[in-house]
Amino acid sequence: MTDELVIGGHRFNSRFILGSGKFSLDVTRSVIENGGVGMATLAVRRAHSKDSSNILDSMPEGIVLLPNTSGARNAEEAVRIARLARELGCGDFVKIEIIRDSKYLMPDNCETIRAVRMLADEGFIPMPYMMPDLTAARSMADAGAAAIMPLGAPIGSNKGLLTRDFVKILVEEIDLPVIVDAGIGRPSQACEAMELGCAAVMANTAVATAGDIPAMARAFKLAIEAGRLAYLSGPGRVIEGRAEASSPLTGFLRE
Amino acid sequence: MRITVNGVCTDVPEGTTAEGLVEIVGMDPSRVAVEVDGDICPRARRGETVLKEGQTVEIVGFVGGG
Repeated sequence: MTDELVIGGHRFNSRFILGSGKFSLDVTRSVIENGGVGMATLAVRRAHSKDSSNILDSMPEGIVLLPNTSGARNAEEAVRIARLARELGCGDFVKIEIIRDSKYLMPDNCETIRAVRMLADEGFIPMPYMMPDLTAARSMADAGAAAIMPLGAPIGSNKGLLTRDFVKILVEEIDLPVIVDAGIGRPSQACEAMELGCAAVMANTAVATAGDIPAMARAFKLAIEAGRLAYLSGPGRVIEGRAEASSPLTGFLRE
Repeated sequence: MRITVNGVCTDVPEGTTAEGLVEIVGMDPSRVAVEVDGDICPRARRGETVLKEGQTVEIVGFVGGG
């Protein structure tokens, strides 16, 4: 049985999206390979002279690149960064990230909705990073988002799926891939997101700050696969206020 | 003439093109995007885009990021 993730017409066999920040370039490739990563984010910044090695050299053949608009404070800046990213020649995907709050790095949903519309109109495949809010998510879907990327916890915090109930609402109500992005700190939390029905999980800091980085990438891969399989299997029911024996209810050696 | 390149005031010869500027600042042309006064200068047109005194040029590339 194939279980592909489809975003903007592209098919992925992996449901692990890696953020490529905070890694040394020599470990990036092994993280991608150990994690079975299908898509990796990149940021756009001023370039320096050519003696410094380039992140693109660390990207294995076949990986889909997802440039982000980090640094953008409004929709216009996000569009500017997205255009530059496209000029760099790595396709039409863009992770829209618009942040005006420098302490908690909370996304600005209103500006993000505007940016989704502007970028969709220019032929991009917009994947907006967002606060998990149903009304905003519906607007992003209407504006042309190819997926939505609600946060689990503040960026880089490793605090896990603090927004669990709200992400679940998005999974149930929004007819687009829901990808938890930000805050996932442990494979168990990635697994939980997948069990809820998320289409994929994005992680960066959780892997980059681990002791054995490639091993943690593999742990995330396995957890994401386990969570996906559990979701497809249909998790068993929960009962409250009583127990239910799994062994036969007759007494031992008595009827 | 003087132009601003990635925020730094820079002296370049008259007639410098966008392509020439990338060469002058020592960047890999295949790994950068060029913007002149806020508009993308497409790769195919860098060679014919002659820069003018006072223009602002941004030369960007990919870095690691979430």
